[in-house]
Amino acid sequence: MVYALCMVLIAIGLYGVVVKKNVVKIVISLAIIEYGINFLLILIGYRNGGSAPVLRKGMAAAELASSSVDPIPQALVLTAIVVNLGMLILLVAICIRLYERYGTFDVTEMRRLKG
Amino acid sequence: MNNALLLFVAIPLGAAFFIPLVSRILKWIPDVVANAVMAVLAAMAFLTIGKNGICHTGGWMTCPGIDLKLDGFASLMLITINTIGLAMALFSVQYMTRYTSKLRYYTLFLGMVAGLNGVVLTGDLFNLYLCTEIVAICSYALVAFGCEHDELEASFKYAVLGTVASSFILLGIALVYAMLGTLDFADISARLAKDGMSMPLTLALGLFLCGFGLKAALVPFHAWLPDAHPSAPAPVSAMLSGVVIKTAGIYVLARLAFNVFSVQLVPDLLLILRVLGVVSMVVGVLLAIGQWDMKRLFAYHSISQIGYIAIGLGLGTPLGIAGGLFHLVNHSVFKSLLFLNAGAVEYATGSRDLKHLGGLSKSMPVTAGTSLIASMSIAGIPPLNGFWSKLIIVLACVESGHPWLALAAVLVSLMTLASFLKVQKYAFLDAASAATAKAHEVPFLMRAAMLVLAVLCVAMALLVLTGLRTPFLISPAVDALGVLK
Repeated sequence: MVYALCMVLIAIGLYGVVVKKNVVKIVISLAIIEYGINFLLILIGYRNGGSAPVLRKGMAAAELASSSVDPIPQALVLTAIVVNLGMLILLVAICIRLYERYGTFDVTEMRRLKG
Repeated sequence: MNNALLLFVAIPLGAAFFIPLVSRILKWIPDVVANAVMAVLAAMAFLTIGKNGICHTGGWMTCPGIDLKLDGFASLMLITINTIGLAMALFSVQYMTRYTSKLRYYTLFLGMVAGLNGVVLTGDLFNLYLCTEIVAICSYALVAFGCEHDELEASFKYAVLGTVASSFILLGIALVYAMLGTLDFADISARLAKDGMSMPLTLALGLFLCGFGLKAALVPFHAWLPDAHPSAPAPVSAMLSGVVIKTAGIYVLARLAFNVFSVQLVPDLLLILRVLGVVSMVVGVLLAIGQWDMKRLFAYHSISQIGYIAIGLGLGTPLGIAGGLFHLVNHSVFKSLLFLNAGAVEYATGSRDLKHLGGLSKSMPVTAGTSLIASMSIAGIPPLNGFWSKLIIVLACVESGHPWLALAAVLVSLMTLASFLKVQKYAFLDAASAATAKAHEVPFLMRAAMLVLAVLCVAMALLVLTGLRTPFLISPAVDALGVLK
C-alpha cells in the first residue's frame, strides 16, 4: 500500500514535468519525483518495530543486525538528498536567469533553439 | 598501486576547490593548475595499462565498503578521458579569455573530470549514480556558462531531462537493492547467476536502459543533445560530445550489459542495443545533413556515431565489441578535434554559421588542415582511425549474420562523408566572405591542442597494426567485459 503511494508520488512528478508549462512548476515536479524515490528507498530498509541502527557499547554486530532497520538505504538517501539539493539550486538559478532574459516563466515562449 | 586509484578522483576534485581559493590573488593560477593536473592525470592513466586492481575503502564490520576497480576497460576509458581532457585544458587557456570567469570554468571542468574518472573506476551502483550526478551538475552549469538566451534554454532542457534520467537510475538502484540486498557489481552478478532474473529486476534494467540511454543520447532520448552541446563553450562541447556521453552513457551501458546483468540472462538486451544503435545512426545523420550551424551539425553526428558504438556492442561478439570500443576511443579524438575547430573558427570570425563563412583554408591553415583530417576520419576514409574502427564494426556485423546492419553502417558512413564535404566546402574552401576576410590563425596553444589531436587521429590508426582482432589496449578492454570467445 505505502509502496503504491511512492509510485503515485513519482507518477505525479512525471506528469508535472511533462504537462506543466511554467519552469518553476517543472522544477517542483522534479523535486516531487526525487522525494518519491527517497521515500521508496527508506521503506525498503524499514522493518516494523525496528530500532535505530546505532551500535551501543557492548552490543554485538549480529544483535544490531537482527533488531534494527537497514542503515544502508538511509545512507543512500542522505547522499541522494544532498545531490538533489545541488541540482535544485542549480535549476532554480537557471530559472532566475531565464526570467531575466526572456521576461517570462513560460517554456512555450522559450523557443530559440530548434531544427 | 591500488590506493593510487583514489588519486584519479581526489586530484581533480582537490584542484577544483583549490583553484577558487587562491586565484583571486594570483590570476595565473587557474590555467597553470588545471593544465598541470590534467598532465599528471594523463600520465597516470597511461601507467594503468595492463594493470588490474581493487582499492577497498571504508569497509566496516559486516559491510563490504566502497570499492574502486581497475581493469582493461576502465584503463582504456581513463586514458581517453584524461588525454582528451589535457588537450581541452590546453585549448581553454586562450579560448576562455572570451568569457568572464576562468576560475569558475576550471573549477567546473575539473569537477567534471573527477566525476568521469569516478564513473569509470567505481565498483558499485550507488557510487556510479553519485559520479554521474557530479558529471551532470558540472555539465549543466558549463552548458549555461555563457548565460545568454540560447545557453540558458539549452541548459534548462538538458538539466530537466538529465534529472528525470537520474531519477530513473535511482529508482532502478532502489529496486535492485530491494531484491538483492547488495549494490556491488560483482555481488549482483553472482546473485543473478545463482537466482536468475525476476520481474522487478527486469523493470530495474529497463529503467537503467532509459536513464543511461538518455545520458548517451541514443535516439528516442536524444532531444537535449543538439541544443546542449553547441551552446557550451567549445572545449566543453568537445568534452561533452567526446567523453561525457560515452563515459556516463555507453560505458555504463556496456558494464551493466556484460558485467552486471549478464547477457546470457537477458538475451533481448543485445537486440535492444542494436535497434537503438541503428535508429540513432540513421536518424542522427539524416538530421545532421541539413544543419548550417557548424557545432549543431557536429552534435547530430555525435548521435549518429554513438549509434555505431551501440551496434558494435550490441552484436555481443568479441570482434563487434572490439570495433565498438575502438570506435568509442576514435570518436572521442576526432569529435573533440572537430569541436575545437569550430571553436577556433568562432574565435577568429565570430560566427559558426556555414552560410557566412568561407575561404578559411588560406587564413587559418592549421585549423583547416586539422579539420580536414578529422572530417576524413569521421567519414571513414582510409588510412585514418575512423576507417579502421568502422571496418571492424562492418566486418563483425557480417560475421555474426547481420548483413543489413553492415549495409546500414556503410550507407550512413557515405552520408557522413557528404555532410562533412559540405562543412569543408562552405567553411574552408569557398571564396572568403565579409566575416572571414580579416580572420587570422588562432593563438599558439589553441593550435597546439588541435595539432595534438590531429596527430592522435593518425596515430590511433596504427593500433590496428597490432592485430585486427586483438588491437593493443582494446583487446584487454574486451576481455574485461568477460565475453565468451
